Amino acid sequence: MQKLKEFVTDFGLPRIIIFFFLIGLFVAAPFVGVRIDTSISDVLNRFGQNAILVLALVPMVQSGCGLNFGLPVGIIAGLLGGTLAMQLGLSGWLGFAGALAISMPFAILMGWLYGQLLNRVKGDEMTIAMYVGFSMVTFFSILWLLLPYSNPTMVWGYAGQGLRTTITLDNYWGQILNNFLSVRIGESFFIPTGMILFVLLCALIVYLFFRSKTGTAMTAVGSNPDFARAGGVSVDKMRTISVIVSTMLGAIGILVYQQSYGFIQLYQGPLYMAFPAVAALLIGGASVNKASMVNVLVGTLLFQGILTMTPSVINSVLKTDMSEVLRIVLSNGMILYALTRKTKVSK
Amino acid sequence: MPNDTPLLSLEGISKDFYGNSVLADVSFSVGKGQIVGLVGENGAGKTTLMRILFGMPVIAETGGFGGSIKLDGQEVFFKSPFDALDAGIGMVHQEFSLIPGFSTTENIALNREAMKANFACDIFGDRMSVLDRVTMRGRAEKAIKRLGVKLDPDMLVSEMPVGHKQFTEIAREINRENVKLLVLDEPTAVLTESEAEILLKSLRHLADQGISIIFISHRLHEVTTLADSIVVLRDGLVVKDTPAKGVSVRDIASWMVGRSVEAKRTDRSGRDIGDEILVFDKLWVDMPGETVKDVNLSVRKGEILGIGGLAGQGKLGIPNGVMGLYPAGGSVRFKGKDVPLNDPRRALELGMAFVSEDRRGVGLLLDEPLDWNIGFTAMQIRGDYLRSYLGGLVKLRDEEALKKLSQEYIELLSIKCTGAKQRAKELSGGNQQKICLAKAFALKPTLLFVSEPTRGIDVGAKELVLQSLRHYNRDFGTTIVMVSSELEELRSICDRVAIVDEGSIAGILLPDADISDFGLLMAGEARKEAADAKA
Repeated sequence: MQKLKEFVTDFGLPRIIIFFFLIGLFVAAPFVGVRIDTSISDVLNRFGQNAILVLALVPMVQSGCGLNFGLPVGIIAGLLGGTLAMQLGLSGWLGFAGALAISMPFAILMGWLYGQLLNRVKGDEMTIAMYVGFSMVTFFSILWLLLPYSNPTMVWGYAGQGLRTTITLDNYWGQILNNFLSVRIGESFFIPTGMILFVLLCALIVYLFFRSKTGTAMTAVGSNPDFARAGGVSVDKMRTISVIVSTMLGAIGILVYQQSYGFIQLYQGPLYMAFPAVAALLIGGASVNKASMVNVLVGTLLFQGILTMTPSVINSVLKTDMSEVLRIVLSNGMILYALTRKTKVSK
Repeated sequence: MPNDTPLLSLEGISKDFYGNSVLADVSFSVGKGQIVGLVGENGAGKTTLMRILFGMPVIAETGGFGGSIKLDGQEVFFKSPFDALDAGIGMVHQEFSLIPGFSTTENIALNREAMKANFACDIFGDRMSVLDRVTMRGRAEKAIKRLGVKLDPDMLVSEMPVGHKQFTEIAREINRENVKLLVLDEPTAVLTESEAEILLKSLRHLADQGISIIFISHRLHEVTTLADSIVVLRDGLVVKDTPAKGVSVRDIASWMVGRSVEAKRTDRSGRDIGDEILVFDKLWVDMPGETVKDVNLSVRKGEILGIGGLAGQGKLGIPNGVMGLYPAGGSVRFKGKDVPLNDPRRALELGMAFVSEDRRGVGLLLDEPLDWNIGFTAMQIRGDYLRSYLGGLVKLRDEEALKKLSQEYIELLSIKCTGAKQRAKELSGGNQQKICLAKAFALKPTLLFVSEPTRGIDVGAKELVLQSLRHYNRDFGTTIVMVSSELEELRSICDRVAIVDEGSIAGILLPDADISDFGLLMAGEARKEAADAKA
């Protein structure tokens, strides 16, 4: 009993409730005609798609910059990498690797600028970050039209210029990670092994980063900036590094997301990508200035699980198609829930 | 005094905060029209005593007090400051509580404004009445006149010099019809000498009109010139209650700081006191509340140098400035090399370490485990507790080594905790302080600044902390500069004690020097005496 209690406080009651709710949905699924195997595949796939975007929040949380609502900055760096790699005609593994490689310099530059801004608005990072994200998305909506891309699969057919809102990755690197070492059982059960492995690799790297000297300093900055400064650590520098790392992970995250999704979504696509990531992290048990790999993985799994299962189960029960509405209600409801649940740490 | 019953008498007042006794059996009385000077070191209990007198809610919240207060022979019990005001006690605080955008008159009459009824009152009631500015002005002028100073009733507070603000504050208190007793907490602290003189004169003027005054000040010569009788508090006890006649500043100083415990000079034999290791030259530090103006001082290798002085005089600014935590200027030379100021990292790299007085704010990572707290700075500055992987390409935290380190210090300093992974915020104050010391020790510094190492910790832990400093100095020859407001503590472990007053060093004494000399330096009187001698 004592052990159980300890486990509950350790793991957090909200997570346990959500976990059992998810289990309940899986149990209920077959009775309303939703296939379990499809559902599990869906959950795994969505987990892989989103996990790195959630992971991208961790460095800034740890350095005390709060939740990175400016995740679209990183996403745009990723989009630049993806589109430029396509423009250069890179495809297959080379294409994916090229997209990653090309996006990194952009991510570093944008992250640095973004970090400089955040260092000037200490205490209000989250609000400012949200607007940085919004304005970047809007600004790049103009650029996507104006930049001289010319690859016919990417530009509008009728005008011959300006990028399309969605670009298919079919002949480039669509599903390339998903299909790597993938397991397919029967018609509808599929494990995107490659993508899951890639996610775990990224999580491992971030985990190790936070065990390095810089990572330790970063955590200390987030925990108590005055302590860090008295310990000879430059607070602004650590914060900037955390923003850069976060932006880089955002870029990687969107590339992984898109290869699985099969399309590059431009224009307003990245606008609201930060919110589900934030919700997943908070549901995973992170606070505004402490987050761990467990928070990331558990949170993403639970959040995406609920998001996949609830609409399909409820849809089948109600026998109408309102999955999109449900999805919006759910995901925003979860964000709201998660933000009210955020735990404060002592100063 | 002609009166048989004194205006105010305090009888056996005692007060403790969570078992920590701050006042014990304090009794004294104030006659009508009498000025009582109340003096004592920081933490002697003056403020607490005045809070009790004034019925501040904080007293009731922390369990009330013992003893009784009698006003005009009647026992009174104030539930809130309003009761005290009604009973005719006025208080002038150290910080001004004036509204900057209001004029002198408006501030003096605040919340006691004279009202004029108009026709709207007949319909809507008294709330519609308007200010009667003529009467208000008249009353303000009367109060100012009573004070015997020149003050423009229409001037805005924001445009006044500091002295006038102080007068406005006092005028506000005596504007009340029934005021009998005025308590002034360090009224001259922010004033220039000439302003202070005027203030003292007007206080005397008030006393002659029959208002009693309790005057709290660190400026001892003011107390001796102004007060009719002097009450000296030390460690919550009244150590002296005497008529002011014939009492010298020197007497008060020794009563203030005097302790029955004899200073223990640390044994110099077997210790290697070398040449100058750290030299301050015209150091200034802009630390809010602890401004350092001009410090010239040298520290010898291997010694324990104490820096004492009253709060707010700048003693805390010295280590904070050298370690780069607050903007500083001037020159500091360490081992013959210039120390770049405003750069915490360089200061640490040169081999200096600092235990901050702000334990929870600067000293600790409250949400992190103890081993992080202890090892962090050493890791960042010296690259300790890191293990290389992939041929030095990647360096990761060496959890094993960190754990070993913290185990070592937990044993050495007998820190009470559940283990190296306990979080710092869960420890008690004394144990947290030991963690801060361990953090500094882990850096293996050549010179260690320790700031207020025993503030807010209990007696047992105090002794342990001091002991470990003494041992660290003896065993490793580490030079220690210890800043403390507790003189006795400095005298018990230091080789020399420097006293800071008004942002510079007032003098350096040996720990076994006469206590009155310490008191004089702290109160800034030594300088005055020297100046007088010259004149």
